[in-house]
Amino acid sequence: MEARQVLSPSKKGKLIPMLQQIQERFGYLPEEEMVKVAQLCGVTESKVFGAASFYAQFRFTPIGRNRVMVCRGTACHVQGAPQIMETIERELSIKEGQTTPDLEYTLESVACIGCCALAPCIMINNKDVHGRLTPQKVTEIFATPKREAQDAS
Amino acid sequence: MPVKTVLLGQGTCCISAGAKQISAALREEIARLDLAGTVQVKHTGCRGFSQIDPVVIIEPEGLLYSEVKVDDAPEIARSLLPQGQPIERLFYRDPVTDRAIPHHRDITFYNNQQRTVLKNCGYIDPEEIDDYLAVGGYQALRKVLSEMTPEQVIDAVKRSGLRGLGGAGFPAGRKWEACRRASRESRVESRESGRETPDSRLQTPDSYVVCNADEGDPGAFQDRSVLEGDPHSVVEGMIIAGYAVGATKGYVYVRAEYPLAVKRLGIAIAEARERGFLGENVLGNGFGFDIEIFQGAGAFVCGESTALTLSLEGARGMPKPLPRPRTTEVGLWGRPTLLNNVKTFANIRWIINKGAEWFASQGTEKSKGTAIFSLTGKITNCGLIEVPMGITLREIIFDIGGGVPGGRTFKAVQTGGPSGGVLPEGLLGTPIDFDSLTAAGSMMGSGGMVVVDEDTCMVDLARYFLDFTQKESCGQCSLCRLGSVQMLEILNAITEGNGRIEDIDLLIELGESVKIGSICGLGQSAPNPVLSTIRYFREEYESHILEKKCPARVCKGLISYIIVSDKCKACMICLRKCPVEAIKGGKNEVHVIDQDNCTRCGVCLSVCPERFGAVEIIPGREVKIHG
Repeated sequence: MEARQVLSPSKKGKLIPMLQQIQERFGYLPEEEMVKVAQLCGVTESKVFGAASFYAQFRFTPIGRNRVMVCRGTACHVQGAPQIMETIERELSIKEGQTTPDLEYTLESVACIGCCALAPCIMINNKDVHGRLTPQKVTEIFATPKREAQDAS
Repeated sequence: MPVKTVLLGQGTCCISAGAKQISAALREEIARLDLAGTVQVKHTGCRGFSQIDPVVIIEPEGLLYSEVKVDDAPEIARSLLPQGQPIERLFYRDPVTDRAIPHHRDITFYNNQQRTVLKNCGYIDPEEIDDYLAVGGYQALRKVLSEMTPEQVIDAVKRSGLRGLGGAGFPAGRKWEACRRASRESRVESRESGRETPDSRLQTPDSYVVCNADEGDPGAFQDRSVLEGDPHSVVEGMIIAGYAVGATKGYVYVRAEYPLAVKRLGIAIAEARERGFLGENVLGNGFGFDIEIFQGAGAFVCGESTALTLSLEGARGMPKPLPRPRTTEVGLWGRPTLLNNVKTFANIRWIINKGAEWFASQGTEKSKGTAIFSLTGKITNCGLIEVPMGITLREIIFDIGGGVPGGRTFKAVQTGGPSGGVLPEGLLGTPIDFDSLTAAGSMMGSGGMVVVDEDTCMVDLARYFLDFTQKESCGQCSLCRLGSVQMLEILNAITEGNGRIEDIDLLIELGESVKIGSICGLGQSAPNPVLSTIRYFREEYESHILEKKCPARVCKGLISYIIVSDKCKACMICLRKCPVEAIKGGKNEVHVIDQDNCTRCGVCLSVCPERFGAVEIIPGREVKIHG
């Protein structure tokens, strides 16, 4: 009985959807936005940060223009995903979870993209899937945009 | 009136393989040939046979074209002309017999399955409610609302023998019954306390129905496929559940990583609302029910019922400690909550339409109906399969899956994802059901089924799963939080060549402690991959520790890349591509890898032309130059 009165489904239940919308818009969760969420939901700021830091989806730093997601699903793992990750880390000179200083690339791993028949695979910008990769193929993928970027500058 | 229908799978897997571009090209060609009046192009969910995606199916003939490319579109369109002929080169070729098979019904991958939940996936357009209605959609709901009392519905689910997909396979009907009881008591309570007003029930429901689509196993994709291919079946099951347990509000907790599933489910809910299957007065029956989608923010532990509930409430998803009331009694916002998996809800319409007895006649004595698996890894036919309970692992892997490709040898099958275990060849006769899998040290769970061959290192596989679960541990229980990290460190040491022989027993001891000392299924099952690999593949652990060799040639600290001098044509490719300049040699001078500088990144192996095949991996680090 007590609990029912304390909890209001209307506001607090919107906390995570709100954070998702903010991240959708900014690419990450800026601190001042999280403060606003706390006020809107009627919870403390620490509760908001506590929830945000619990879930893998949320990030607290800006994201690169190109988001590279390396599938770390089981099927990809047994087909050589760790080597793929290492090769990309080497090509972009960043580690998993990092963004290149020019904000061109953010490198992440993801639990499963869901195209296990194409293992090992990566997804760039939530749409371009590159499958059945080898270290050599990875080098080719990241060589092209780099050259284009240089030509443009 | 269309004479022919072209079915084009548009699941996440199909789209990654290029299905969208094919659809656009095909539609363009069909319009160009003026066939739009006689040929209908229909987008469907995934057909399940991911290995040969993208797939194009021509009905009514039932022709299946596999691995279609955009450039094939003009030819496919021409084949649809009245005088057109089937395109033989696009037929699926059986990998075992190499025979071309024109019709999908003759493909062994399909005809050894028994598709119930997946029946409509790949046949209907998931974004068109009329397609679902045409295959008998929402008939079960009509029947329930017009002919059955909630008690009769629950009784039918109980008699069907349907079991939930949590670790224990709890009978769904008993869960529904418990939730109905709690829900009724809670309503009486609110009425007595004067809080219930006639129109307050939809806003603050007495109880909830929650669909768990937080598919966290990194090797399973059936929930996604059902939501992408037949979302209405889940919506219909949830509405029936709402009626049965007395709930007025439903949530689908779906992974945010499944954008297409979220989109299609959203369309399905909107369509269902429009047609009066959802809303304040479902089918004019006075029963109100609505569904909302909640996108999970990426936490494996949220598959656990109390964690999922907390997550819905906007908090950290940390399982509640025992003793605690069941979610069916005190769930979301403190109300009775019925939580079931996607497939459990998708089964309901079949139980209502075909009868509990029909459902109970499928499968084994204690596990009824069908099981769905995501069959992946080192397997010839990768894809999503639905099989009757009781079928053996051997039948799944070799008859449906076509065995291990490339002439390699089967080593083990991993089921249940990070919570499950590996089963060696000797256990391939194990029948698929809740209890047999658990007895063998694995579980049904998520339905992930990853086949591994001689090139997969079991120590590395255990390390992989443990790395996953220790990251996903919510941190409440010390043994889960710290024990899993300790276990991971030991496994890291073993794979790097720094293991001690007593580490194996230490892993077992730690694993058993983590199981006992964790409150939720994540911690209780996290050691399973380690314990089962030690149980069945102890010798691989010993090779890593005693011989400093990775027999499967996977663990980087325990392998060497070498260039076989007889095969090397001194072509300079690997030498130029090596990122650390560890390859010595020159033009017309056989190349040699400097083992001290080699980082074992694998680039040389992947660039060495296939016809030479001069780069090889050998187990162990002490290398003599091969001559």
